[in-house]
Amino acid sequence: MSEKTKKNEGEATANGSAKPTSPNADLKHDFASFWNYSPAPESSDFVEIREQYQHYIDGSFSVPAKKRYFKSINPATEEVLAEFAEGTSEDVDKAVKAARKAYDKVWSKLPARERGKYIYRIARMIQERARELAIIESMDGGKPIRESRDVDVPLAAAYFFYYAGWADKLDYAFPGRKAEPVGVCGQIIPWNFPLLMLAWKIAPALATGNTVVLKPAETTSLTALKFAEICMDAGLPAGVVNIVTGAGQTGAAIVDHPDINKIAFTGSTEVGKIIQKSLAGTEKKFTLELGGKGPNIIFEDASVDQAVEGIVNAIFFNQGHVCCAGSRLLVQEGIADKLIKKLKQRMETLIVGDPLDKNTDIGAINSKMQFNKINEYIEIGIKEGATIHQSNSSSLPDKGYFCKPTIFTGVAQSNRIVQEEIFGPVLTIQTFRTPEEAVEKANNTPYGLAGGIWTDKGSKIFKISQKLRSGVVWANTFNKFDPTSPFGGYKESGVGREGGLHGLYPYVKLK
Amino acid sequence: MSVISIPDFNQTIPIDKVGVEERVSRLNKRSIKKESKVQALKLALSMIDLTTLEGKDSEGKVIQMCSKARVPYAPMPQLPSVAAVCVYPNMVATAKKALKGTGIYVASVATAFPSGMAQLQVKLDDTKFAVDSGADEIDMVISRGEFLKGNYNFIFDEIAAIKEACGEAHLKVILETGELETYENVRTASDIAMYAGADFIKTSTGKISPAATQPVTLVMLEAIRDFYGDTGIMVGMKPAGGIRKAKEALQYLVLVKETLGAAWLTPNWFRFGASSLTNDLLMQIVKQETGVYQSLHYFSED
Repeated sequence: MSEKTKKNEGEATANGSAKPTSPNADLKHDFASFWNYSPAPESSDFVEIREQYQHYIDGSFSVPAKKRYFKSINPATEEVLAEFAEGTSEDVDKAVKAARKAYDKVWSKLPARERGKYIYRIARMIQERARELAIIESMDGGKPIRESRDVDVPLAAAYFFYYAGWADKLDYAFPGRKAEPVGVCGQIIPWNFPLLMLAWKIAPALATGNTVVLKPAETTSLTALKFAEICMDAGLPAGVVNIVTGAGQTGAAIVDHPDINKIAFTGSTEVGKIIQKSLAGTEKKFTLELGGKGPNIIFEDASVDQAVEGIVNAIFFNQGHVCCAGSRLLVQEGIADKLIKKLKQRMETLIVGDPLDKNTDIGAINSKMQFNKINEYIEIGIKEGATIHQSNSSSLPDKGYFCKPTIFTGVAQSNRIVQEEIFGPVLTIQTFRTPEEAVEKANNTPYGLAGGIWTDKGSKIFKISQKLRSGVVWANTFNKFDPTSPFGGYKESGVGREGGLHGLYPYVKLK
Repeated sequence: MSVISIPDFNQTIPIDKVGVEERVSRLNKRSIKKESKVQALKLALSMIDLTTLEGKDSEGKVIQMCSKARVPYAPMPQLPSVAAVCVYPNMVATAKKALKGTGIYVASVATAFPSGMAQLQVKLDDTKFAVDSGADEIDMVISRGEFLKGNYNFIFDEIAAIKEACGEAHLKVILETGELETYENVRTASDIAMYAGADFIKTSTGKISPAATQPVTLVMLEAIRDFYGDTGIMVGMKPAGGIRKAKEALQYLVLVKETLGAAWLTPNWFRFGASSLTNDLLMQIVKQETGVYQSLHYFSED
């Protein structure tokens, strides 16, 4: 044996890995024993977070009528981040009145070009404060800074830029018709993408000449109030944007307020149904963006390594707190073993931990409530007889709500973990033999928000995507968003579309 | 010893270009700081194949380069030496003598480098001459013309023949990915090289642009991972050409770490074919130790 070979073996062992001698399907790659990245936390020193925040009504911060506050915690440290005003029906009424006054007196009278200028200004100011907003988003919601920095905040700015452009071009959006604003819009947004969902709601509403009363989710109100600061700095006329913080009751007060012309809601299907019931018989327009249980279909001819990456993006993006997540993996049986083996390998390289660390892939679960819900579903999965696999490389921090990336194999379509939305980093894997079977399984759900198809064959993409009852179908990619593209669901995933030209319709009356 | 079945190389393994490039850009977002940075800079230094492949190469130049290979930066003698020096066959004896007793390998390009446009016998003679002169490693080029024609058996047989001529010397197979056009071709060429007996697969000669790129390297690393999974045999990787900055070197190491794991993070399984990279690594190492950047004039050009 040459000197060289001897050295090879010596060093390989020094790195903690034995050199294999025979073919073995279970060959493990060791991703953790050598050269682990040092902590690289984004500094939050310059970020100013006040102890207490008020509602933002009629252009200024106003103390809640009942003077009640609730605490919001940082899910990665379990420490209190700030206190927020608890909105009551008095507060909502005050906000709606301010919005109505601004609508009647200022905003609907403003030339469209001037409206556009304000929205462009807001977009630019989001860009200017991008770093601050990203850090706050990560501290408040638990999402990794890599995502809030590269996805949430730039996309939020992009939505404002996009709809700013439409403001003075509505005659071209609806040729031959006159688009008039609907009036005062009540908007209720979820905790998974706080600033981005705010942008999805506020940008098209303002562009079409409406004024808004927006309620952020109770666990993630901070960026909405930072946005209020931006509105003030941008000189936006008072009352055009009003932000009322609070939980479900505050939301109900918005939905039930008689002087609101349109409700836009993003959140759970359960709450969506309640809202739809209370809106029945009123003249309020509404859009609902609800839950999902997205099928992600991998065909045998897909590029496997890239598909694995797509699966990771589909289910582990934002800890799986994504309504359009690809939470049901459907894989053609011929490549199932290979794909699952590669997916398990890839999961070992996912870093779970401090959301502010630039190397973190999976941050903290948004709230204790959600954390408990995910763990319940993991237990249900085990009880249902599915085989669980979680990554081993990354140890979880002692404090905070963290969940290891989890996959379930050996699941059945009838299992609860396959049918119900978990909203966490939990993937179920089913196999299929024929494309028909894949379509049948994919559509066998009350939801229909988003899905994915992975194949090297273009014709297959078109054939299958036409059969999927999903608002969005991604091909050879997943969780990609763009302001020009409409987004919305079939069935219990919602009503109406947001984004793109389609996203203007809910905010206009066509004459 | 179990039998390794050779796959049908005519079966294209689909590779999604957009997906590969996205994966690379995500891996590039890894932030390498503090101790992990120092560790990686030193590791990268120890993985360099210090290379000179020019018509005007002189013995004097090779001897001086070997001296740098041994002690890259005299004020910090504790730094690792590089992995190997890489020269033309007629400089092997000179390099071997200059590196005697150091443990640094001598690699030689062979097989009508860089074009590979020669008869097999010429290539075998070229290889044997380099090995006889003392080369520890042979960097061969594949016949890209035959590959693009689809003549995969020719490529396989040629590599196998050269491997035999190498004897004890390690064989690195240069795919010259800049001439292979698609990631699918890179994948196929990687598979052929590995099944034909390559100890290392290498991106480029450095004479063609583009030379090494990170997406190409990722495709090759994934090929190595699949080959290891199918056969249990580890194969090394060497991106070569165009890697000049320490930051890029760290990005390559991230690719290796998160694709193949810790076992490949050693000069025995990963190399950089580069020369100007050495000084940038040294600059960064000195910066980490002293807190200030030295001017380039403090580092020897070899």
